[in-house]
Amino acid sequence: MSTSAELAAEAAGITPAVSTVEPVLDVDGVTLQYKTKEHLITATYRVSFQTFPADRFVILGPSGCGKSTLLKGIAGYLHPVEGQMRLKGNVIRDPGPDRCMVFQEFDQLLPWKTVMGNITFALLNGGKCKTRNEAKELASEYIHKVKLDRFEDTYPHMLSGGMKQRVAIARAMAMEPDILLMDEPFAALDALTRRQMQEELLQLWDDTRFTVIFVTHSIEEAVIVGSRILIMSPHPGQVKAEVNAHQLSHADVGSDDFSTLQTRIHEMIFADRVLEEETQPQHV
Amino acid sequence: MSDHTNQPYFREEFEGDEIGEAVIGDIERRLSVWERVSNIDAVRKLSVLVTLIVAWELYTRISDINELMFPTFSATGAALFSAVFYEGLLTNVWNSLSLLVMGYGIGIGIAAVLVVFGVWTRFGSDVLTTLTAMLNPLPAIALLPMAMLWFGLGPAAIVFTLLHSIIWPVALNTHAGFMGVSETQRMVGRNYGLKGLPYIYKILIPAAFPSILTGLRIGWAFAWRTLIAAELVFGGQVADTSGQLGAEGANAGGLGWMIFENLMENQTPYVFAGLFAVILVGIILENGFFRAIEDRTIRRWGMQVA
Amino acid sequence: MGHASRVTDQVTEITIRPEFEVSALETATDVDVERRLSLFERISNINAIRKLSILLGLVVLWEAYTRIVDVEPLLFPTFSDSAFVLWETLLSGLMLEKIWVTLYVLTLGYVAGVFLAAALLVFAVMSRIGSDFLSTMTAMFQPLPAISLLPLAMLWFGLGVPSLVFVTIHSVLWAVALSTHTGFMSVSETLRMVGRNYGLRGVPYVFMILVPAAFSSILTGLKVGWAFAWRTLIGAELVFGAASGEGGLGWMIFEKGDNLETPYVFAALFTVIIIGLLVENIIFRNVEISTIQKWGMQR
Repeated sequence: MSTSAELAAEAAGITPAVSTVEPVLDVDGVTLQYKTKEHLITATYRVSFQTFPADRFVILGPSGCGKSTLLKGIAGYLHPVEGQMRLKGNVIRDPGPDRCMVFQEFDQLLPWKTVMGNITFALLNGGKCKTRNEAKELASEYIHKVKLDRFEDTYPHMLSGGMKQRVAIARAMAMEPDILLMDEPFAALDALTRRQMQEELLQLWDDTRFTVIFVTHSIEEAVIVGSRILIMSPHPGQVKAEVNAHQLSHADVGSDDFSTLQTRIHEMIFADRVLEEETQPQHV
Repeated sequence: MSDHTNQPYFREEFEGDEIGEAVIGDIERRLSVWERVSNIDAVRKLSVLVTLIVAWELYTRISDINELMFPTFSATGAALFSAVFYEGLLTNVWNSLSLLVMGYGIGIGIAAVLVVFGVWTRFGSDVLTTLTAMLNPLPAIALLPMAMLWFGLGPAAIVFTLLHSIIWPVALNTHAGFMGVSETQRMVGRNYGLKGLPYIYKILIPAAFPSILTGLRIGWAFAWRTLIAAELVFGGQVADTSGQLGAEGANAGGLGWMIFENLMENQTPYVFAGLFAVILVGIILENGFFRAIEDRTIRRWGMQVA
Repeated sequence: MGHASRVTDQVTEITIRPEFEVSALETATDVDVERRLSLFERISNINAIRKLSILLGLVVLWEAYTRIVDVEPLLFPTFSDSAFVLWETLLSGLMLEKIWVTLYVLTLGYVAGVFLAAALLVFAVMSRIGSDFLSTMTAMFQPLPAISLLPLAMLWFGLGVPSLVFVTIHSVLWAVALSTHTGFMSVSETLRMVGRNYGLRGVPYVFMILVPAAFSSILTGLKVGWAFAWRTLIGAELVFGAASGEGGLGWMIFEKGDNLETPYVFAALFTVIIIGLLVENIIFRNVEISTIQKWGMQR
């Protein structure tokens, strides 16, 4: 463990009592495969890691490292060929509202429902609320959290990209799932909006302390958003390293600690790749 | 391009004085009444219509055209009026439409079953696309002779033929719509625990609605045409397609039959009146009914019309 | 699940654990990173093969059913009988004659309809009145089934090919005009400005900018027009057959049905289907491939 992490932990009054806290998600030796028209591709190979409550767990890696596939496996859209994934001790089988996902694409919002309608749809169908009124109340709370009060009755096609993602996040959070899954949710936004959304996500986390797994290909975003970063290497996806980043955020961009960590991660990812390109033919 | 120097021509800077509004005049002027009125689509199109009608009336009156071949607009109007109030035109319309609606309802039901089957497995999808590929290019009216053999000379044969004209376009478009629903939206549905039938009508149907509506419209258009054609064929065979008695106790069939009968009796203004009725029914249903659905759904949700 | 209150006993502080780094990644030896699908898997991924097998399956079912169950052959012939008659009539030239008669009228009507639509469209593009005229006409005549004009056509042109051509034109004209007009209206302002920038006006402007830009809509209109024309013509031949006794495929269906020669009816139905398939999947598909697909303009 790096010294600055230890110091930061002490300063924040956090005791690293790893052994007494149960992991929310336990991924054990998971190999994931999928079929294209002509090939069977191994996306991840014997990946293992654990996610603890209130983690902002980032999965970081270049394209081809299977991070999105891994997230889909956790969500239940794919079944592992090898290994097992457990959520709070139960084996993950099918998709369900205990692992709510926020996708990258804007069309994750149902265009035929308003902002309020999208959230109540999730609450009612996901079994979180039994009556329409209950659902509306809870939905309003979360719409307020993402600062979209004025747009409750607006249809998604009238919202900007950033607003759409906020609705998606509110919808997933309102379900109060065991774990929140985010698949590069800010990748389709412009740089300024992206930064704003990262800040808002951290504020939301501070407010409700949800557990989130966040997939990204941006090292900077990983360090800003994440408290723990899983670094993966590609072809097939394997765990390269896990590092801590809970002490760093927007305020620290440009600081020495931030740059050091960024460089460290960068080297972990790209040193291996250079070696790989030199010894193996380029995979198309 | 200057040919003896590569530098831009240098000139001094300057800053101008502000010019008052009074000198410039109106920056924005309201359009004149004429301009504004002629910008309204409905007004312009109505004027085109009126012009055409006037031209029709004048031409038929002035020229030597045989009234039996091409009646004047006023004669047609009179015939239309008479047909509605004295000849039971509305009964004809009702006979046609009731058969159509019955066939349409059954057809959609069958199409729905086929589509659900097609969404379940890849095999089901293949069976559906193969069937529609084979049977869609077959004009429904071509099945009428066989239908008459199987079901006799009555409404059953017509309904059977109508079914064929409706099922395949509806199933084809709905299936294509379902297949085209984005992967993301499907995953969202499954994320919140939706499976099976609820998944189909809470996620697939709304997401594929533009295609579904297009299929329904095409199905209606084909059914309408098939019905009129069937009534014309029958007109050469049997007097009554509805099996019902008319208002005066005489046999009264559908619109197609009415047009054919009036032709046989050389009542050309009534033939034209019948055609007007066909046009009106079409406009009301197409531009009224389907358009209203489109406005309340696809347009409101900001989705693309398929 | 099922309650709206927050979980009160959740952990709210981050669990810090030691970092680690794997220095040398194990090479995945017992699992292929990428494996080619087996031959069977790849073949069954080809759409055409799967669908052809289904078709064969249906044919076998038909044949089996009609032979095993005692279906009256006059009401529902076996597949083999129908196929045999089709083969026979093709060889004897009877079917070819029918096909020729129908296709002749169809092509005449279709081409004339497209030309008339083009004329209307050029007029519509040049002036707002032209556009209004076209909109009004299509709004009125599109909902009118062409077949309902057949009685009028017979009155004006008698019992012959001109009547058939007349109704065919009607079925094509409005569908093509409407679709193309809508397509023209939605050509992007930017493309129009480009055309005018390079000096294009009038007819050249229509054909060199508007037509290619709106080609997706135009093609849809041509397809819809074909579908309506095909149905109208077969239907008209059926009605004609009922009124006169001459003609192509539609009349053949009617006449043979009347004589209870049902294998001939089915043979004619097969022919109608095959022609429809050829036109849609070969002619239109190829046009699509060499235009909007090549230009990346498919909607």
